Amino acid sequence: MPHDHHDHPHALLPSDPALRVKALETILTRKGLIDPAALDEIIDTYQNRIGPQNGARVVARAWSDPDFKAALLADATPLVAEMGYFGRQGEHMVVVENTLQTHNMVVCTLCSCYPWPLLGIPPGWYKSDAYRARAVREPRKVLAEFGVTLPEGAAVRVWDSTAEIRYLVLPMRPEGSADMDEAALAALVTRDSMIGTGLARVPA
Amino acid sequence: MNDCPDIAASEPVFAEPWHAQVFALTVHLNEAGRFTWAEWVARFSATLKRHGLSRDLDGGEDYFNAWLETLEMLLDEAGEAAPEERAEARAEWERAYLSTPHGQPVRLAE
Repeated sequence: MPHDHHDHPHALLPSDPALRVKALETILTRKGLIDPAALDEIIDTYQNRIGPQNGARVVARAWSDPDFKAALLADATPLVAEMGYFGRQGEHMVVVENTLQTHNMVVCTLCSCYPWPLLGIPPGWYKSDAYRARAVREPRKVLAEFGVTLPEGAAVRVWDSTAEIRYLVLPMRPEGSADMDEAALAALVTRDSMIGTGLARVPA
Repeated sequence: MNDCPDIAASEPVFAEPWHAQVFALTVHLNEAGRFTWAEWVARFSATLKRHGLSRDLDGGEDYFNAWLETLEMLLDEAGEAAPEERAEARAEWERAYLSTPHGQPVRLAE
């Protein structure tokens, strides 16, 4: 409306990269190479339906059911697929178990390969150059910065994810959780505990 | 004291809408068979490496800038979005934003 004074007489111009993404979408849509509705669907899935709560359910079930845990450690991909968590990029899922002797930690030195179906989109620090470089070189120092104290004498194993293989850490079941059911256990499982940069919460 | 970030109260999945859009675009093109995920990872990690040589990437804006650059290169090589085409479509969007009254949906003139 001409008499409606406003700080911005026209729509606010998005940033350069935002405009470039819009340009790509427009070109590909005009060529019939993409379906804009499918893009919205993908965003909705990753924003609202996929996240660490998926991985937490898998961990809680492994803590509660020894047979499931054994099968999960042997071949996780079909088991988590049965629970509805499968890789859109066709990756293979490998679960590594933390014990008193071995603490596992996951990185992707290449870029940011990550078990999306189980954890969602990786946090910023996982994608940073600093984490990608240091997790392999000085894992104990990185763990200390995350506030992780390991059992005395525990070895640290660092797993480097690739496009084909994504690792999930099965954290140790915390003390004081013996009587808890799967739903309550899942609430103890943090995202970082499944990357190996944290431990499961101890019940209050 | 508990340093563990709360799952329920985690940071937004994507910091900026365009991060989500460029991510979805890439996943969609992969699912449509334009490239395999292994190909994507190889190209993307090469871009990150190139950028990382001159400065530290923070995993946020830097990271998605590298992502976008990789996708633009891939689509250019595939003959699906040449630099001139991209510049033209970008200019169309810029004109649309500058000529749309604030608060109105921004659309391209067809």
